Amino acid sequence: MALLEIKDLCVSVEDTEILKHINMSIGKGETHVLMGPNGAGKSTLGNALMGNPAYTITSGSIYFMGLDIKEDSPDKRAKAGMFMSFQNPLEVPGITLSSFIRNAIMQKTGEKIKFSQYRKELAANMEILNFEESYKDRDLNVGFSGGEKKKAEILQLLMLKPAFAILDETDSGLDVDAVRTVSAGIEEYQKNEDGALLIITHSTRILDSLHVDHTHVIVKGEIVASGDASLVDEINEHGFEKYINE
Amino acid sequence: MEKERTQVDDIDRSLYDFRYEEKDEDFYRVKEGLTPEIVREISREKNDPDWMLDFRLKSLEIYDSLKVPDWGPDISGLNMDDIVTYVRHKTKMQATWDEVPQDIKDTFEKLGIPEAERTSLAGVGAQYDSELVYHNVKEEVLAQGVIYTDMESALNGEYEDMVREHFMKLVPPTDHKFAALHGAVWSGGSFVYVPPGVKVEIPLQSYFRLNAAGAGQFEHTLIIVSEGADLHFIEGCSAPKYNVANLHAGCVELFVGKNARLRYSTIENWSKNMYNLNTKRALCEEGSTMEWVSGSFGSHVSYLYPMTILKGNDSHCEFTGITFAGAGQNLDTGAKMVHVGERTSSFINTKSISKSGGESTYRSAVVIQNTAKDSKASVSCTSLMLDDRSRSDTIPAMDIRTNQADVGHEAKIGRISDDAVFYLMSRGISEEDAKAMIVSGFADNVSKELPLEYAVEMNNLIQLEMKGAIG
Repeated sequence: MALLEIKDLCVSVEDTEILKHINMSIGKGETHVLMGPNGAGKSTLGNALMGNPAYTITSGSIYFMGLDIKEDSPDKRAKAGMFMSFQNPLEVPGITLSSFIRNAIMQKTGEKIKFSQYRKELAANMEILNFEESYKDRDLNVGFSGGEKKKAEILQLLMLKPAFAILDETDSGLDVDAVRTVSAGIEEYQKNEDGALLIITHSTRILDSLHVDHTHVIVKGEIVASGDASLVDEINEHGFEKYINE
Repeated sequence: MEKERTQVDDIDRSLYDFRYEEKDEDFYRVKEGLTPEIVREISREKNDPDWMLDFRLKSLEIYDSLKVPDWGPDISGLNMDDIVTYVRHKTKMQATWDEVPQDIKDTFEKLGIPEAERTSLAGVGAQYDSELVYHNVKEEVLAQGVIYTDMESALNGEYEDMVREHFMKLVPPTDHKFAALHGAVWSGGSFVYVPPGVKVEIPLQSYFRLNAAGAGQFEHTLIIVSEGADLHFIEGCSAPKYNVANLHAGCVELFVGKNARLRYSTIENWSKNMYNLNTKRALCEEGSTMEWVSGSFGSHVSYLYPMTILKGNDSHCEFTGITFAGAGQNLDTGAKMVHVGERTSSFINTKSISKSGGESTYRSAVVIQNTAKDSKASVSCTSLMLDDRSRSDTIPAMDIRTNQADVGHEAKIGRISDDAVFYLMSRGISEEDAKAMIVSGFADNVSKELPLEYAVEMNNLIQLEMKGAIG
């Protein structure tokens, strides 16, 4: 049984159909890449999977660990083991990055965690991300640069250890160094053998050092090609033109 | 998936809206309604000096001659003939906690006063109905020469002249109808005098609350901070709920001496049938600093605009406020700054939250007189509406009489962003908690101004206000 099974999924935003009959199957520990030109519906799929109420599923279904989750609220999906790294993480004043992550872990597991142990783990993960430690005591994303916000997202990924994570344009707007550190964080997550990924991107920079199992190409709301990691290289060389003109 | 609209139901206030069962013979009550006889009776019972009786009777005349305000929220539900103006518990002043009767202790326990005591706040003057029943001033404060007592003791003791010199000089009974009412029937409250140069390191605090049905509360707070002195005073309010209209018309007068500093923090959490018509005013001498931190929760209707008169050159005032209006509430709050001296400065920073049909109005006035050369004033107000049924208004007035002033104003009205709620929920946080988190963050600049235990209390209040069914 696949970890995530998307069946014939159609998604609308404000009565406009964006995604048309999407099918995808992601197994435990697999890394999938979803590529496509701007406006193809990549982020729509991520948001629909995570349960953003602004996206309406008009037909089809999403099975996660064998259960149909399409009626579940985002917090229920998160508790079941799903995660999404946001393209534009929101600024939330009044709660520090550190206490937010701790709060989220306790919400998810329903258990208290030892502060000393938590602090150690947080520091270790921040180091992997080359993330200055003082940021843990700053309000969540408030005044963070684009790169720092993305590091904060990947830090949450490493701390929350979801069974399945969607990375929505994590590399967009980052310079070469930032892409490299964020990518190191993703590699760290991949070390956990059960952790599955859906990496949404329109460039291939972030994939350079990552292991990829499957690649999907989406154009105008439809999956037009699927393949293995070599598809990434092909797109890198020729772009999406071939699929757009089809 | 169907899109769902979110409504947060009225909150469960059971934690605060409790009533304490008591037998009626414990109370001394005056007849309902307001007459010169009643005012004389109150004055006699309190052993007022003659001048105070005269003051009360004159105030009553003024009260009768004035109309209720017609520019703010509706207060036609308030019938003065129904208000028992004075209810006094028979308990005398208590010197130690051990001597306080158990039933009163239990009530205070629910209000958290013993905790505050434990955390070593300087002195506790807790008003039970109209009289102080427990009063304890830490010796270290007393040793500094700081006088912290109830108004009656100050009036009938060695501080009578000081009281007479200041009492209702900042807020004269002619100010408005409820100031006149206060002058006629005031009872209880705190008196603080800080001698020159004395810096009081720990905050002094006072609690006010109302417990008898239909009883008004008219406590008077008079604080004198002498030249170069420093004080933080905290006023906390909470009252149980009744169906009869309840009135609070307190009065706070603050005198801030040359180069002195006073911080006055309040969290008012009246029950939702309360008419809160409170008047607060501060007078700042040269080089002094006045800081207001004001949280308005609860009450049915509030009119509250603490005013600061920056009389002395180089005096400075900051006002930080938050107002939370839920179902059935109309809270009209803000601040007033009057610049008189040169190079005076004022900053107003307020946040208001309205939900479940609550109405909140931010109303402020900044007056810069022609004498106030090179003064600065800045006003910033932000409102957050949590649903489509709620209302938020902003009425900032500015009256600038000199062209040598620097004045700024900024107003923002917003809603909780759906994206922010989704973001938090995607981390496993429930919709209710996500919204509470966002509202707490919105209030964060106010909480940061409060002492830790009050910041925690305010956050708890917000969590409590945000609790409710979602669907």
